[in-house]
Amino acid sequence: MAADAAPVALELHHVTVRFPAPGTEARETVAVDDVSLALPEGQVLAVLGPSGCGKSTLLRVIAGLEEPASGRVCFGGRDLRQLPTHRRGFALMFQDGQLFPHQTVARNVGYPLRLRRRPRAEIEARTIELLELVGLPSYGDRMPGTLSGGERQRVALARALAVDPRLLLLDEPLSALDRGLRERLAGELHGILAAAGTTALLVTHDQEEAFAVADRMAVMRAGRVVQEGEVAAVWQRPADAWTARFLGYASVVTGAAAAALRRAAGPDAAGQSLALRRSALRVDAAGPLGARVLTARVTPEQIRLTLDVDGVGALDAVAEPHEDVPVGSRVRVALDLSRTAPLPSP
Amino acid sequence: MTTVRARVGYLLLAALPVAVLGLFFVYPVVGMVARGFWAGGSFDPGPVLATFDRSVVHSALWFTLWSAAAGTAGSVLLGVPVAWALHRLRFPGRDTVRALVMVPFVLPTVVVGVAFRQLLAASGPLGFLHLDGSATAIIAALVFFNVAVVVRTVGAFWAGLDPRQAQAAAALGATPWQVFRTVTLPALVPGIVSAASVVFLFCATAFGVVLVMGGLRYANVETEIYLLTTQELDLAGAAALSVLQVAVITVLLLLSARAHRDAPAAVRSVERMRRPRVGDAAAFAWTALVLAFLMAPVADLVVASLRVGGRWGLGNYRALGSTGERNALLVPAWVGLLNSLEIALGATAIALVLGTLVAYLVSRRPRRVGARRVVGVLDGAFMLPLGVSAVTLGFGFLITLDHPPIDLRTSPALIPIAQAMVALPLVVRTVAPVLRSVDPRQRQAASSLGAGPLRVLLAVDLPHAWRALLAATGFTFAVSLGEFGATSFLARDDNPTLPVVIYRLIGHPGNENFGMAMAASVLLAAATITVMLLVERLRVGSMGAF
Repeated sequence: MAADAAPVALELHHVTVRFPAPGTEARETVAVDDVSLALPEGQVLAVLGPSGCGKSTLLRVIAGLEEPASGRVCFGGRDLRQLPTHRRGFALMFQDGQLFPHQTVARNVGYPLRLRRRPRAEIEARTIELLELVGLPSYGDRMPGTLSGGERQRVALARALAVDPRLLLLDEPLSALDRGLRERLAGELHGILAAAGTTALLVTHDQEEAFAVADRMAVMRAGRVVQEGEVAAVWQRPADAWTARFLGYASVVTGAAAAALRRAAGPDAAGQSLALRRSALRVDAAGPLGARVLTARVTPEQIRLTLDVDGVGALDAVAEPHEDVPVGSRVRVALDLSRTAPLPSP
Repeated sequence: MTTVRARVGYLLLAALPVAVLGLFFVYPVVGMVARGFWAGGSFDPGPVLATFDRSVVHSALWFTLWSAAAGTAGSVLLGVPVAWALHRLRFPGRDTVRALVMVPFVLPTVVVGVAFRQLLAASGPLGFLHLDGSATAIIAALVFFNVAVVVRTVGAFWAGLDPRQAQAAAALGATPWQVFRTVTLPALVPGIVSAASVVFLFCATAFGVVLVMGGLRYANVETEIYLLTTQELDLAGAAALSVLQVAVITVLLLLSARAHRDAPAAVRSVERMRRPRVGDAAAFAWTALVLAFLMAPVADLVVASLRVGGRWGLGNYRALGSTGERNALLVPAWVGLLNSLEIALGATAIALVLGTLVAYLVSRRPRRVGARRVVGVLDGAFMLPLGVSAVTLGFGFLITLDHPPIDLRTSPALIPIAQAMVALPLVVRTVAPVLRSVDPRQRQAASSLGAGPLRVLLAVDLPHAWRALLAATGFTFAVSLGEFGATSFLARDDNPTLPVVIYRLIGHPGNENFGMAMAASVLLAAATITVMLLVERLRVGSMGAF
């Protein structure tokens, strides 16, 4: 990825946001705490964090809907402090689309173009083009109330892309959808954004959404960015145990237990902690580790196990569906280091 | 409402308020109207129909329509920006301003009439405008009353709008004005229509202000009914106008109910209100202006009550212990105050019990279409007193409840019952939206955990609704303190309420009587304002919203 070649579009410098604590005007809570980020042009950054971590507030600050207590938001090198939302040239897409219920789909999509007084023929042509882009070519005359959740999100995306925003802000764009639809739409979203060359910032609590759509990732926790980088890099090297768990690692092993695992896996034996994906431990008759089966659950792909691994403790593991692993039995286990991530010692 | 038992329970609960409404609202109103049609003992619509040919009636009708239209337009124009400032922004003193805006709505109509006349009289502070006795003055007074309705209704609506829609528009490049025109205003339309239809209703049935300010030049249908019954004893004419009014009001209520259906169910605001910015200065200036307009008559009233013979003093208040110059009253004025308080207590108790029951009943959302229709009809029926002429009601009480089967001529409950009927819709409109906003799944969760119906009510509904109940109590008390239309028929001269005392005093010549009227008005206003300030602390969004 040519991240270093592209000029930086969005920059945040030490942004902090405070809110009066609910109920009282006197006490304040810090929603965003000294956050600095940079987003190169044409890339998609996912800000990933659990609910309440301040990621939506950060988005609102970038959109100009919230004022930071301190820090700067710049775009293309220009400080945005005095620039109201509507002059920033961004577009904002919410979790539930926020289509205007009193306008047809076509009028919703054409809305930003009408604001800019584009000629009618151009608006019509662009609306058709956009609805084709999001895969809803014949939906122009429908009212938003008659659309499904996924269709509404596509229309919202078309509306947001109508005027080629300098920056597209997406607030949990797929979270309201059911799982299958979410996966499909995430892939499409990635394709659409890449095709349009859009610079976008996506806020989500769902790591799979972030992986599917984004090029870069920033993990937020309690108002702070704990890790930032390219998606693959963050995934392979989580900054700490909390981040590893949040990114979907099944367990974190520390100290002597981690050392025992590493010894079993091979010669490389540093004292580091280890984050393991569920599939890092696999039942294998030739495996170096001994374990006792604590629980077993059959899924279509594999058998999911919890094992009491000798000298390590309880860990998640998998077995092939054909294997016979009753609860209480002893098994041999192999460790796949490529499915683990080293963590700095706590 | 799935089991037969639940259905029977619902109908039993509904029976009480329906019976009371039938007995003390439908029966008197129908009785009053029927009296006109059966003038000579047999059915004869002739005199009623003849009424519509009279030029007095034409001019009353015409004045009603255009003054109500102008009053409504003025209220909406003044109220909408204020609704925004008070329901979308967070600034110190906001709650006080909210309460102050609400004050005119509960001020006794007679007091407002007196205040406006005092303000606009040739000798008053605004005498140079030469508006005393003009139609403009009456419309200004109508606007004065009803700004609160617009602020409350549109404000509650506004607070319930999802701000993210406007934010999405702004992010797409819409200027604040474009956001308002293309997104916010279309979403507000049902709220504005709902408010405007109620305001029109109130303006078209305004009684006290028009009676006090209109003099002999201006009469609307309501005061014309009063004049026809009390001065000319023309029951046929009065009945004709009442029928006309009921018909028009039913149509208006249906329209208002339709606008209501489009309203968002939740009354609680989701979004933190934001602090004001420089760009909000215009809205603030407008709010300040409206507030000045609302407070000027009240302030002037206070000043006038403290002037005795060109000097400052409390003489007018001391005189309330007397019966006025040349015995304008049969009893000392303070007796009226005591009566008013006592009657208001009774009326509040009745209206609260019935209103809460009705609110509970109409806030249910049954699955079956038939049951839902029953709920809809109930909802509409209990709004009727909102628009039916209080004068018709009062006069109906007088002629139907004075002989068996129900003889309440000498009953102390007569006036409280009449006032409770007038206040009933306000209780329902305050409490029902709050009960509706309770997620039905909370009740289902409670009953699945083993709570009986009563337990569910105590554990789920009451914690949500107690503020609204308390607010409705205060609201009803204030409205009943100032009720004049129905009471003017029912209160006897030896046992008057305070608004009646005030009306008597300004009807009699003499500076002392006028001064006493001012002092009594201030007392009445102070009582209602105090109640409203207390109620406002409860922060119930639905109060005063229609």
